[in-house]
Amino acid sequence: MEQAKKTFIEMLPKIYGMYTGGFIAFIILMAILEQMGLGADTIGILFIVFTVVVYAGIGWLSRTMQVEAYYVAGRQVPALFNGMATAADWMSGASFVAMAGGIYFGGHGYLAFLVGWTGGYVLVASLMAPYLRKFGCYTVPDFIGTRYGGNLARLLGVIVLVVASFTYVTAQINATGTIAARALQIPFEVGVWFGLFGILLCSMLGGMRAVTWTQVAQYIVLIIAYLIPVFWMSNKQGFGLIPQLVYGEAVQRVTELEQIHQVGVLKPTESFAGLKALTVPFVEAGTGMSSWKFVTLAFCMMAGTASLPHILMRYFTTPSVKSARRSVAWSLFFIFLLYFTAPALATFTKLQILDPNLATGIIGKSIAEVNAIDWIQKWSAVKFLAISDSNGDGILQINEFFMRGDIVVLATPEIAGLPYVISGLVAAGGMAAAMSTADGLLLAIANALSHDLYYKIIDPTAETAKRLIAARILLVVLGAAGAFVASLKLTSILGAVAWAFDFAMSGLFFPLVLGVWWKRANRQGAVAGMLLGFLSGTWYLYMVRWGGMEPWLGIDHLRFGIIGCAVNLVTMIVVSLATEEPDEATQKMVDEVRIPKGETVLAASH
Amino acid sequence: MGAIMSDLEQHWAETRSLTTWILIVWFIFSMGIFFFADSLNSMTFFGWPLGFYMAAQGSLVIFVVLIVVLNTKQEKIDEKYGVAEDE
Repeated sequence: MEQAKKTFIEMLPKIYGMYTGGFIAFIILMAILEQMGLGADTIGILFIVFTVVVYAGIGWLSRTMQVEAYYVAGRQVPALFNGMATAADWMSGASFVAMAGGIYFGGHGYLAFLVGWTGGYVLVASLMAPYLRKFGCYTVPDFIGTRYGGNLARLLGVIVLVVASFTYVTAQINATGTIAARALQIPFEVGVWFGLFGILLCSMLGGMRAVTWTQVAQYIVLIIAYLIPVFWMSNKQGFGLIPQLVYGEAVQRVTELEQIHQVGVLKPTESFAGLKALTVPFVEAGTGMSSWKFVTLAFCMMAGTASLPHILMRYFTTPSVKSARRSVAWSLFFIFLLYFTAPALATFTKLQILDPNLATGIIGKSIAEVNAIDWIQKWSAVKFLAISDSNGDGILQINEFFMRGDIVVLATPEIAGLPYVISGLVAAGGMAAAMSTADGLLLAIANALSHDLYYKIIDPTAETAKRLIAARILLVVLGAAGAFVASLKLTSILGAVAWAFDFAMSGLFFPLVLGVWWKRANRQGAVAGMLLGFLSGTWYLYMVRWGGMEPWLGIDHLRFGIIGCAVNLVTMIVVSLATEEPDEATQKMVDEVRIPKGETVLAASH
Repeated sequence: MGAIMSDLEQHWAETRSLTTWILIVWFIFSMGIFFFADSLNSMTFFGWPLGFYMAAQGSLVIFVVLIVVLNTKQEKIDEKYGVAEDE
């Protein structure tokens, strides 16, 4: 058994090498079939079906009935592969589809998300991952519950985890549904359930083990799908071989063009649901409040990253503390590959649309001419963009061109005139991104409920089989709940993705950090901190979003985690100091956590 | 026993000081410089306005390097005090 496992880990590079080769061969095959006259729709369907079947196959092969394998993938995932899995876990459908569009519309201000979503990993590496790995927990509340002791602390950890992760997961299921619906040409409501079915196939039978190996596979698909179109388009349009390294001049050119087209001066006079006209100059950073908003948003995203359980639990799966640390470096590197491409893509798309000297430029041309372009017609038909001659002069101005941010990624192949096979590839990449994140989130919630709530609090005598069956039932029920909420299309009340980060940082950031870094932190402090931090953050969110309160110091609903985590910190310190210090066993436990050597604090199978 | 304890304390003291330095650099490049993004934009870096470049690419590169530096140094500290894992 041990021998067989060893060989499997040793064979990983070969297995995934072959898998990558197979995927590229599949892309080439599709390209050939396209040349031979296979329809665009069929190619889209084949891409989605082929990749989802492969993920499901990996999920089936990874099925297990062992606790250690189900919760932490047997703690044998090498740093590099865990890095890929974390990157897929991390990069959601929104990162994949919407990030470049966000930069297109938001310019410098939106880049705060990029800085936050990468800088957070420095916190994960320096404050969290190695210590939590040494602790040997199965879930994040497992750490809280054992370090601080008592069911109340554990329960609060579970509650924060569920709220933060569920906020996030409906958006992911929604994204799988949207992509599946478009590619397979089925109604959105059916697409959501199809997406959920694929997600559950990857996680239900093998828990963390299955999710790990499918996430690696999904990372490979999503990064190929993101980079190939950008490289291809860049070469075709003459922007250079590796566009990420040379787009500086293009940024300056965009700024000149924006002045010519009067971006920010001409405001739209009409509105279309879900569509926006460009009004924010690309590089303008502003001073005072603008800088403050940038920094506070980056801070929230960073502290949130370091508190989100579905990310932290990935580092429980490595064989050692050292590999957990190295794995954080790999994670960030793999994430970086996509994140440093997104601004380049946004820049080139802008250039192509704004530059009258390029064949693709549309702003400043006559409305009739623009309306005759293929991709304009195709995307306006599905209401992803709109053109309206607001001032009636027959010429398209910047404030008369409305589009959805997603177009920047989705329509790149068509704007640049690439073959349809690339659009199919992009759909498969978006699907991989959304599925992998949804899987990680659902598993984080189901594991916390089955391990911490059911096993540790409700029935500590439950046998292994019963625990693992409970975990699976919870996974299906939660998935169904997520899909149900997503199918209601309540987008206006489903909050922003940023909320998940704010919830997590309000409740968990300081209890996790101080649990390792401050021996004096005790149960009373942690309970009071989590409770008040989470409640004050939530109250603040409610007040600024719906209660009509004026945001305090520019801390709006995207940044409410600042309030929550500040209250959490102060409460935790004051209450801890006002009550007795933790007992000797707890202090010894903290000492143990701080050194890599030796057994984990929690027994291998608990 | 006393000697072992002080070794552990030393190990933690060095770990803490390394972490502090890493977090100072992290603070500068994740938040500090962006208070001055507007002024940085008046400089160019290989064609990019510097403030934009840092947010779109520069800080991201620094974060990756920072974690690699942290890991390398932390591994050395762990070995120095004999608390690295046996492999």
